[in-house]
Amino acid sequence: MAEYTINVNGQDHKVNVDGDMPLLWVLRDHLGLVGTKYGCGVAQCGACTVHADGEAMRSCAMTISQLGNKKVTTIEGLSDNADHVLQEAWKEHDVPQCGYCQAGQIMSAAALLEENKNPSDQDIDDYMQGNICRCGTYLRIKKAIKTAAKNL
Amino acid sequence: MTNQNTYSDSRRSFLKNSIVGGAGLVIGINYMSCKTDSATVEIIKDMPNQWFDFDAFLKIGDTGRVTIMSQNPEIGQNIKTSMPMIVAEELDVAWRDVIVEQAPLNTEWYTRQVAGGSQSIRQGWETLRNAGAKVRQLLVNTAAEQWEAEASDCTTSEGVISHSDGRTTDYGQMAALAAGKELPEEVTLKDPKDFKIIGQSQTNVDMDGILTGKPLFGIDYKRDGMVYASVMRPPSFGQTLVAYDDSAAKKVNGVIDVIKFGDKIAVLAKDNWSAMKGKKALIAEWNQKEKAEDSAYHTDILKEHLDRKSEKPRRVDGDVDKAFADADQVIERIYEAPFLPHACLEPMNFFADVTEDKVELVGPIQTPQWQQNRVSDLLGRDKEQISIQMTRMGGGFGRRLYGDFTVEAAEISSLAKRPVSLLFTREDDMTAGTYRPASAYKIKVAIKDGEMTAYHLTEAFFNGMMFDPMPSNFPCGAVPNYRVDCHSIESNLTTGAWRAPYANFLAFAEQAFFDELAEILGKDAVDYRIELLEKAKANPPEEEYNYDADKFIGVIKLAAEKSGWYNKGNKNLGFCAYYSHNTYVAEVAEVVKKDNSTVIDKVYCAVDCGLVINPLAALNQIEGGIIDGIGHAMYGDFEIKNGRATIDNFNHYRLIKMAAAPEVEVHFVKSNNDPTGLGEPTLPPAGGAVANALFSATGKRLYKQPFIKEIDVLG
Ligand code: FES
Ligand code: FES
Repeated sequence: MAEYTINVNGQDHKVNVDGDMPLLWVLRDHLGLVGTKYGCGVAQCGACTVHADGEAMRSCAMTISQLGNKKVTTIEGLSDNADHVLQEAWKEHDVPQCGYCQAGQIMSAAALLEENKNPSDQDIDDYMQGNICRCGTYLRIKKAIKTAAKNL
Repeated sequence: MTNQNTYSDSRRSFLKNSIVGGAGLVIGINYMSCKTDSATVEIIKDMPNQWFDFDAFLKIGDTGRVTIMSQNPEIGQNIKTSMPMIVAEELDVAWRDVIVEQAPLNTEWYTRQVAGGSQSIRQGWETLRNAGAKVRQLLVNTAAEQWEAEASDCTTSEGVISHSDGRTTDYGQMAALAAGKELPEEVTLKDPKDFKIIGQSQTNVDMDGILTGKPLFGIDYKRDGMVYASVMRPPSFGQTLVAYDDSAAKKVNGVIDVIKFGDKIAVLAKDNWSAMKGKKALIAEWNQKEKAEDSAYHTDILKEHLDRKSEKPRRVDGDVDKAFADADQVIERIYEAPFLPHACLEPMNFFADVTEDKVELVGPIQTPQWQQNRVSDLLGRDKEQISIQMTRMGGGFGRRLYGDFTVEAAEISSLAKRPVSLLFTREDDMTAGTYRPASAYKIKVAIKDGEMTAYHLTEAFFNGMMFDPMPSNFPCGAVPNYRVDCHSIESNLTTGAWRAPYANFLAFAEQAFFDELAEILGKDAVDYRIELLEKAKANPPEEEYNYDADKFIGVIKLAAEKSGWYNKGNKNLGFCAYYSHNTYVAEVAEVVKKDNSTVIDKVYCAVDCGLVINPLAALNQIEGGIIDGIGHAMYGDFEIKNGRATIDNFNHYRLIKMAAAPEVEVHFVKSNNDPTGLGEPTLPPAGGAVANALFSATGKRLYKQPFIKEIDVLG
């Protein structure tokens, strides 16, 4: 057990946990930020996607000790008023079914748009390959990303 | 010519309408602070100072805001939006003034608080309409009394009551006076042509919560003093626990306690990670008490049963044996499918707090009432002591019918004497499932003078008759001699319903068979389906069949027309039509060749589900059902070795991803018939449509799922 200070959504938090604890469980069980979801624990579903220094990463596969000083953004910190261009597009296309995968989908899509302001269908398919939607909302996710790119 | 609405073209205008209503709606729920859009705030009524209860579904506030309780569990089928829309329609309020709340289990107030069988809307339709209409009438009667006027001279619109002489009041002002009064017995329901909310797209009422990561799901639920539990279960089916050593587990940082219950061991810890680590540190010895089954055994025993006739066939019309004896030709094909896990993205979980005087259960469950009964039996508690609050569910697909996780959580909390949050790891979720049973079907037909004279389906599957093919479904009625045999084989794997039970695989088998049969008979695949349905209409058997041939033909023609079936040239199209869960669906898949392989490019879908309540949500269900159906037909594979599931996470279990999801174009048959469900019926035909399109592209017939083992497809 050791004390770690991590910066999440612009705020510093101190947590006392084992160094091998994945960031996912620190966020969910120690900081109460439950928007980041557990789906597989092995970096295969994308439900736990957050940003570390602006880059998308699977929080189930990064331990608190590996995180270092990187600043973390979770779905709770993506916007102040649910008005990120992707969140607006998600509403317009009524994307979610069960909704469980959607925080991870949005965080991946946000990182994609940071890198590529005008992604093609192929770019979107490639970038989003790591995010599973068991309900099959892929068509809407894709449309929403394109709408968001247009409204950037 | 079938009437139809094409929503794919007009979706933009729906969206424009729904954004105002939808955004206004979600404000009230829990996240008012999220909203700053002043235009939106102006048009909705203020949050009330006082609420008044009406029936089980409705509270009306003094400002005219309305709270509608959503009685059924929300699993992603969107009933938390669609069902309250029905109440709001008959109450005659503006949708933007509605707040939706999830109702807890209450067997006195509500009937059928279940998510399953695509039945929520269909079975709730009358009740929900009446619930809204009765309160509307009571408010009108109350206003009329105040005015000393006739209720029949009053009308309503968007929560405002108007007398023909010009006087007006509103629901907010009448609520206090009307609350507590007897509801009228008989009310007149709206004519569907006057619907203002039903038929208009409304966005998901939990939208803002989902998009901002609010704690909506079972896995998100927290309570002071709560501990996290991870459970070790027998690794193979048919095993029992002999002995265990928890000394290493107890040394793991964060672990609080280790508790044995039955053949399982629960590790309790202060967070999920520590509980999982503690579980890994357990050492247990198991005894293989029952047969250790494996996939090869499953395949063999299923096939063996296909050659047997059952003592009691499920249905017999005419004289099948004679028709086969007289046949010019007999055609026989066998179709096979593996066990499948549900793979809901939110793994199974539940919260339980069992104390001396109460049992509180919170979590994602499709069948709360059943779990209340089971926990009552297990703990010897009165049902009145047991409360169940349903959370939003991260998928269900049938898995969350089975509440084994609810009962486990209750048992652990009762032994630990603490509030407990139980979570399955993904590995637990996949290896301790309630799988879609593996099955095999043999279809055998007799041909005489170029006509099908007999159809004999033999089905073999594991564990129980609930997965019977509905023996009176198509092609029953379309052939004079018809027989269905069923064999249920015992297995120690736990099995259960999986999205569109029985139909999810039978539709593929039957419709791939008819595609091949049409080819053998030299007929067009679509024309042949219609020809058979016309036969069912012209010469119905003595015992009724269970579908409406005209509705069936309606969706078949619509799908053929919209996909350009009759002018397909050298396009590779595959056709499939299926009736399940009271809804008629026809799908045409289009496959294109690319890089020496094939790609599933597009699916055209025609649906007759009666009246469409919420078009945008209906489309979402249809697209999802088709993509899910294609994904599992293409990739769904599950191997059992030595009694144990060898596939335990998404690195080995392949789900469809974005790149493989084809475009979907949906056409509804325009209908004012009572609505039927959409959670399941578009899934079954997807596998058949794809198999038939892949045949068109490659000349290879598919008889086994998953297809990816048989044929090369990009995705
Ligand atoms: S939970 Fe991290 S990728 Fe699945
Ligand atoms: S919306 Fe259910 S998993 Fe994506």
